[in-house]
Amino acid sequence: MADQVLDAKGLNCPLPILKAKKALKSMAGGTTLEIQSTDPGSVADFAAFCRTTGNELVEQNEEGGVWTYLIRKTG
Amino acid sequence: MSNITEMNIPETKPGVDPNTMSIIVTKGSLDWAYPPFILGTTAAAMGLEVTMFFTFYGLNLLMKDLDLQISSLGNPAMKMPMMGMHMGMPNIVSAIPGVDAMASKMMKNLIKKKGVASIPELRDLAVEADVRMIACQMTLDLFEYGQDDLIEGIEIGGAATYIEVATQSHINLFI
Repeated sequence: MADQVLDAKGLNCPLPILKAKKALKSMAGGTTLEIQSTDPGSVADFAAFCRTTGNELVEQNEEGGVWTYLIRKTG
Repeated sequence: MSNITEMNIPETKPGVDPNTMSIIVTKGSLDWAYPPFILGTTAAAMGLEVTMFFTFYGLNLLMKDLDLQISSLGNPAMKMPMMGMHMGMPNIVSAIPGVDAMASKMMKNLIKKKGVASIPELRDLAVEADVRMIACQMTLDLFEYGQDDLIEGIEIGGAATYIEVATQSHINLFI
């Protein structure tokens, strides 16, 4: 279970990333954030976001057009 | 002669933090407002230090009262989804008074419907993310605006101010 969940469904680029960053900012190091997104572009974008910021993309899933990302704050 | 693989190509400019970006913002219509604000806010979210320099029509994007418009005049690539197809607008139609206002309204409806951020929203996020925003002094003079017309927290500067920023930024964009 993630420590915090962010519902970014229905939001388009770059809002899921911006909202995820905002959520991560207030979280303690080592905790996890789950993001739900319906933006197909978020797949490439969350991977790039994590590579650049040093946060860990623990896992990602897709079900019925909703992508779920689990990010651990390590950046 | 050395080939390219032997050449010592530095990955970043010497002495420049790779996590820095500047954007010159020169356009102030609704459609052109997106690229600088999307890239600026996203770069800031990815940990980059971002500076945006607003000049000429770009200055329009810093006004307290934002009422951004698009024009299909001279823009053959602007095709809106309509009745299951994509429709462009001949210039002669675009020139009719009220047509641009109508197209702007349609675009804003589309933006809302598709979950795309509004420009005021992106601009607020840029301010919140400490994106450094500089308004061009010469443009303010030229079009007779004052700092009071702009949102709070905007610096004023000129070409030299921007060039200094550019020499210290790894990524420099002109939009």
